[in-house]
Amino acid sequence: MKILVCISNVPDTTSKINFTADNKAFDKNGVQYVINPWDEYALTRAIELKEAKGGTVTVLNVGEADTEPNIRKALAIGADDAIRVNAFPKDAFFVAQQIAAVAKENNYDMILMGKESIDYNGSQVHNMVGELLGIPSVVPAFKLDMVDDTTARLEREIEGGKEVIEVKLPFVASSQQPMSEPRIPNMRGIMTARTKPLKTVEPVATEAKTEYVNYSKPEKKGGVKLIDPENAGELITLLRNEAKVL
Amino acid sequence: MSVLVFVEGLNGEIKKSSLEAASYGSQVAQTLGTSATAVAIGDINEASLARLGEQGISKVLYDADDRLKQFVADAYVKVIAKAARQEDAKVLVFSYTNIGAAVGSKLAVRLNGSLATNVTALPKTDGEFTVTRSVFSGKAFADVALTSDVKIIGVKKNTIDVTSNAGTTANIEKFSTELADADFAAAPKETVMQDTGGGVLLPEAEIVVSGGRGLKGPENWHLVEDLAKELGAATACSKPVSDMDWRPHHEHVGQTGITIGPNLYIAIGISGAIQHLAGVNSSKVIVVINKDPEAPFFKAADYGIVGDAFEVVPKLIEAAKALDK
Ligand SMILES: Cc1cc2nc3c(=O)[nH]c(=O)nc-3n(C[C@H](O)[C@H](O)[C@H](O)COP(=O)(O)OP(=O)(O)OC[C@H]3O[C@@H](n4cnc5c(N)ncnc54)[C@H](O)[C@@H]3O)c2cc1C
Repeated sequence: MKILVCISNVPDTTSKINFTADNKAFDKNGVQYVINPWDEYALTRAIELKEAKGGTVTVLNVGEADTEPNIRKALAIGADDAIRVNAFPKDAFFVAQQIAAVAKENNYDMILMGKESIDYNGSQVHNMVGELLGIPSVVPAFKLDMVDDTTARLEREIEGGKEVIEVKLPFVASSQQPMSEPRIPNMRGIMTARTKPLKTVEPVATEAKTEYVNYSKPEKKGGVKLIDPENAGELITLLRNEAKVL
Repeated sequence: MSVLVFVEGLNGEIKKSSLEAASYGSQVAQTLGTSATAVAIGDINEASLARLGEQGISKVLYDADDRLKQFVADAYVKVIAKAARQEDAKVLVFSYTNIGAAVGSKLAVRLNGSLATNVTALPKTDGEFTVTRSVFSGKAFADVALTSDVKIIGVKKNTIDVTSNAGTTANIEKFSTELADADFAAAPKETVMQDTGGGVLLPEAEIVVSGGRGLKGPENWHLVEDLAKELGAATACSKPVSDMDWRPHHEHVGQTGITIGPNLYIAIGISGAIQHLAGVNSSKVIVVINKDPEAPFFKAADYGIVGDAFEVVPKLIEAAKALDK
């Protein structure tokens, strides 16, 4: 089985988010980048499937050279090889076009990625890739197993419940907890990752369809109003009469 | 041209999140000097469809195909794309739910449109068409220009007020689309809805009571559940709580769980780690109950009680019981 796992390079979950002085761009200063946490569920599930059934796991990132440490990390966790499409990921449509172009050349059995990226929170790329390739996309899935060599069984979350879906290969799926338990690379993994193939390809020509023009931060809260625990019931009165939310 | 709103239903009714999308769509239509049409799919009764007039929708296209009662992305997209072409829709609006996100992304490819999801405000239409969206897990906003001819907007739940023009009704037009078996290739074999015990579903809830590791064990969850019941709230939890199987995974909110933005979020025994806040920071009012005055959650709170949950919460339940409802 040939599995493609798409990863994005995002600010660590504890990062303070700042913008350049003109508020036109994200300020990378002092920011630590990690593999998007949702993508790690896809990556580990892909590796588990490979370990159980054989095959290969290829990691794909659309990004500039500074994403390579995290691509190497994915290789250290257990992917076999990697492809970096050498381009700034302008928007979801641009990224989806790049992934679809790589997929068209390689006939993957499944294409997995996280349910969303924690920087732009778009939840768009997986469905766009499915649409561009004309194959089903199952989003967001939290369980993925093979029924036989040609059919996968997934469970996906819907508001207030879940759906069980069986699809023929190939397909696209996005992942979320508890699809797998993300792994920490071990020493051997880190050593072998250095020599695993990481291929750089140039992007296919395509237009982005959106343009980020300005950033801002939410207004700061006015500060907390503390209520005496002895009189805890007073809180309920305040929520009704002052905050007007009850 | 027109504005087209995709409306989702559940058990015969239109979801509140879709009423928000309808309100958004008709306000955009007004700004652009055109009308707003809704395309409705799924299990929705006629009375609910007609009531969309209250949100400013003039016409509803309803596809009553039985096979569409459950969500199947490819089939839904075909129906909506047909409606968009028929109505010459230049702006499409949906609620940014799991279903909406799937439909919106596929439509963006099929209609060659610009897509923004997680949108929190009405567009600016003088000059470029820009919308504001929530980014970096609620830590910032971005203004995004939608540069294609067709603009597709996924509205973040609970950020747009439902408008209500009481008594106005929308015209319902039957609408049918030719669907092939291939459109149902990824149809669910089985759909399992959560048993909320008659309570409220977390993603649609306006009030949420949430518990963390400070509650010590699942046997103490009656505190969370009883308070939720008195307030008509849904229940949620922090990540370690679902990791330890004290509560089911679908209750886990935060960076790696679900994102919610209710009117009121009550956090009990949760420290307020940055990854937890990422899932709840767009809540309108936040209440924190924690015995540690240094707990970081107090910095993000509107109201707080520094105290032992096991003493404080029973008092809240008593006070909530005394409220006239
Ligand atoms: C990549 C990543 C993703 C993550 N994603 C998420 C996520 O999606 N959601 C999430 O929640 N976390 C997430 N986390 C974990 C997060 O960092 C915290 O560890 C977690 O939120 C802590 O949960 P907690 O507040 O329940 O427990 P704790 O941090 O242990 O806090 C318990 C709190 O209870 C208080 N307490 C104890 N006893 C009492 C009492 N009797 N009465 C009142 N208060 C009491 C304590 O003072 C303390 O503040 C993530 C972490 C990482 C690294």
